[in-house]
Amino acid sequence: MGEQTNVRIVEDAALTSTKDLPSQWIAVCMGTGCVSSASAEVRQALIQELERHGLSSQVEVRRTGCFGFCAAGPIVVIHPDETFYTRVTPADVKDIVEQHILANRRVERLMYRDPVTKVPIEKWYEIGFYSKQQRIVLHNCGIIDPENIDHYLAREGYQALHKVLSEMTPDQVIDEVIRSGLRGRGGGGFPTGLKWKITRQTPRWPKYVICNADEGDPGAFMDRSTLEGDPHSVIEGMIIAAYAIGARYGYIYCRAEYPLAIHRLQVALDQARQRGFLGGNIRGFDFSFDLYIKEGAGAFVCGEETALMASIQGDRGNPWPRPPYPAVSGLWGQPSNVNNVKSYAYVPHIIRLGADWFKQLGAPDNPGTAIFALTGMVNNTGLIEVPMGITLREIIYDIGGGIPDGRKFKAVQTGGPLGGCLPEAYLDTPVDFDSLCAAGAVMGSGGMIVADETTCMVEFAKYFMRFACDESCGKCPPCRIGSTRMLETLECITAGLGTLEDLDYLRYLANGMQKGSLCALGQLAPSPVMSALRHFEDEFRAHIEERRCPAGKCHALITYEIIADLCTGCMVCARNCPTNAIRGEKRQPHVIDPALCERCGLCKELCKFDAIVVR
Amino acid sequence: MTVTLTINGQKVTTAEGSTILEAARSAGIYIPTLCHHPDLSNVGACRICVVEVVGARNLQTACTTPIAEGMVVYTDSEIVRATRRFVLEMLLSDHPNDCMTCEVSGDCELQDLVYDYGVKWPEHKGKRHNWEIDPDPNPFVFIDRNKCILCGRCVRACAEIQNRDVWNFAHRGFRTKLVAGADQFMLDARCESCGQCVAYCPVGALYDKMSLGKGRANQVQKVRTTCSYCGVGCNFDLNVRDGRIVRVTSAPDAPVNGMALCVKGRYGYDYVHHPDRLTAPLVRARWLQGVEEKLKGGEWQVFVPQGNGRDGGDGSDHLTVTPDTFIQTDWDTALDVVARKFAEEKRLHGSGAFGMLASAKCTNEENYLFNKFARQILGTNTIDHCARL
Repeated sequence: MGEQTNVRIVEDAALTSTKDLPSQWIAVCMGTGCVSSASAEVRQALIQELERHGLSSQVEVRRTGCFGFCAAGPIVVIHPDETFYTRVTPADVKDIVEQHILANRRVERLMYRDPVTKVPIEKWYEIGFYSKQQRIVLHNCGIIDPENIDHYLAREGYQALHKVLSEMTPDQVIDEVIRSGLRGRGGGGFPTGLKWKITRQTPRWPKYVICNADEGDPGAFMDRSTLEGDPHSVIEGMIIAAYAIGARYGYIYCRAEYPLAIHRLQVALDQARQRGFLGGNIRGFDFSFDLYIKEGAGAFVCGEETALMASIQGDRGNPWPRPPYPAVSGLWGQPSNVNNVKSYAYVPHIIRLGADWFKQLGAPDNPGTAIFALTGMVNNTGLIEVPMGITLREIIYDIGGGIPDGRKFKAVQTGGPLGGCLPEAYLDTPVDFDSLCAAGAVMGSGGMIVADETTCMVEFAKYFMRFACDESCGKCPPCRIGSTRMLETLECITAGLGTLEDLDYLRYLANGMQKGSLCALGQLAPSPVMSALRHFEDEFRAHIEERRCPAGKCHALITYEIIADLCTGCMVCARNCPTNAIRGEKRQPHVIDPALCERCGLCKELCKFDAIVVR
Repeated sequence: MTVTLTINGQKVTTAEGSTILEAARSAGIYIPTLCHHPDLSNVGACRICVVEVVGARNLQTACTTPIAEGMVVYTDSEIVRATRRFVLEMLLSDHPNDCMTCEVSGDCELQDLVYDYGVKWPEHKGKRHNWEIDPDPNPFVFIDRNKCILCGRCVRACAEIQNRDVWNFAHRGFRTKLVAGADQFMLDARCESCGQCVAYCPVGALYDKMSLGKGRANQVQKVRTTCSYCGVGCNFDLNVRDGRIVRVTSAPDAPVNGMALCVKGRYGYDYVHHPDRLTAPLVRARWLQGVEEKLKGGEWQVFVPQGNGRDGGDGSDHLTVTPDTFIQTDWDTALDVVARKFAEEKRLHGSGAFGMLASAKCTNEENYLFNKFARQILGTNTIDHCARL
């Protein structure tokens, strides 16, 4: 029996407890989103300002992971008051320190305001965005310094590992995970414990544990935020998985476009190794495991587990057919267990708090939470973690704050470029693997894009098809050529050259791709187009039969016109038109020459008199 | 260990670890393929061999799916045929419509499948590739990427059989391109011109440059022969048209080499019809008798080198016969001279005067006879072989 971990066992299951942390401290979001809007400078300014006031020893300035509310970043939270400051710039730092820290007065102008009542809200958990969230995977994000293992340890970190090594057999671990009902968060929803069991039962050695962090959906950043905000939770989950299946080595396949996540992972791996959580005889127990980062070169298809393993092997990132499944023949032909970042991040919680605790979260057969990157036409974009079974309406309206400028909701796309869109009638669909699937969309790995009435659904579908086209690996003809033909057909339609036969051709191509393609990329790439066609066929037909884009988005089908009665002849539009398509005398109504007009929409945006319309 | 499965209602029992394709073929059930080749690893790329496996989520490729006890497979159901037709249609939609002038017409796996599945030429508004034809200056391999179906057989043949890894794919999606090395010329990318890639190409994307326009499969007669370059004994088929060799093709059933050949075997046949090639024995005039008469009678000729304009090396007038002049004789005369000289040497100096050097270019049988001749006829043990050097 090895030495005990130096972590205090805490019975309390309240995951958001902050009691082990120093009393007064300032959390500055250092996720990629906030860093890109200068949160690093804010942090530096805070440190300097506190130093200037001689407060350095009393107030800690802490870099943390993502708070999720990226629309309002950079975010700074003052503890223990839990005051949530949004859109903080280095210039605001003086006020924060002098008013809040020294004089205990809130800086109201930096607080989030209720979009309806305009009343400033102080505490983060009182904000609508957080009201219906339940943070399990993200429970350390925004609280701990991801580059400090002690912070993780203070929040019950590595206790699950200690429990596993000291009290449980590998089979007990697998049983516990199976009993918890955890389903793979990469999108497929395959029972995680079952996958571990198959990998364990394959009688060959060595075996590998692999973490899929090749998040490639446009606009999705759940895995990145998890790795940036709490890398140890993923590492701990992987060590437990390795113990359960009997692996000696593991890989984290992370895309190279996530330099911050890779840096934090590397720091975390080094610290974990230093403390004996990785390497030979972990914490003195008879179990050895080590982990390496493999940087991906930025191919969406490498998120497909077989392509991912091909890439780790140094081969071209092409998928290979299954079966045999990775659990039987994976990396270098050996039994391998591939799970998503989030799946691993749940594991320490399940082990520590028990399968029963996890099972009662979320929806039946879909326990736990779901993490989404909420983007598109909603007021509160960002990263959310919600209990499974919450409805789309709750996510979009209660958490997302509804559609900006009072516009009408049109559709929500889940599952990214391999998912589907759902119209308003489906807003009360519970968000879980099975319900979304039944509704014709998929859970996917967590992208959620909201479209409003200004979105052209043909254009929307075309965007995803172009993505699939660009990201097809080119190995099999149905995907390589089929996606190209689909995109060409959609381009025809948006260019006003479509025929009704094109709709049948789209359906034919989609069916062929679904049946014939090698991997999920080709099989699911037609889904966005097919779901758009199913729910918004009228819009497709308007493009074809009437040569009209109802949303006013398809350049070839719209014209900009100036309503003479409203035009004051201010000349703003004419001066700013990039193609000089607008003519007219001062104080006289202007005219747009459709032959020169590029349909960029700049004139409409600039006109103060609403004199420019799209037809 | 054997496994029993049901294919198209027929019970098939075969070795555990086989693929559906192997099981089906062992039972005489035909499943079409394109990217599969029995010599190469299976990648499941072309999707032509998809079959319906009861209980599976989607169609499975027969070439990669391992069989399992009790598995129920349909290899020719409507959904399977429709999917194969779709795949072929997609391939044709990015393929030139020039079977009429294509080198491999009649010997093309894609052409056969398109015919079998009744696929019509797809007209569409979209793009087709327009790669430069024959962009590589190497002397042997002709490349037409417009015909390439990206099955990867050349890639695997080069990597797995020749171990040269010249070919691979660059870019992705519709822009995926078969490239040598880092999109270089083949000879700059470790190519040793063995032509394995051509041999395994199921379509006309890779072809033998020397054979362009010389005759298609149905115009040539295939003559199986053993390579004369070395003693390995590779077999291949000479493609003969009008008495001339126009191409060498691999013989998959060749016992020694299978489909594999080296640059000499596959491309080193142009000497056969070379005007400088010696086709009759040449003997120095000094060893012959009655030269003047035979020349006059037209039985023998004074040897005049053809071809490259060489004059025999001595600058002499070919019509003046000196003792050193080569006379083209008949075989009997020439062999008589040799036999007479051997006998004379043996009589004058004994068997120990002979030293024999055999050649790796000879077949085993030839080397065996050579050894017999040295030891039993000439009586010498002084015999060696160039492969020992």
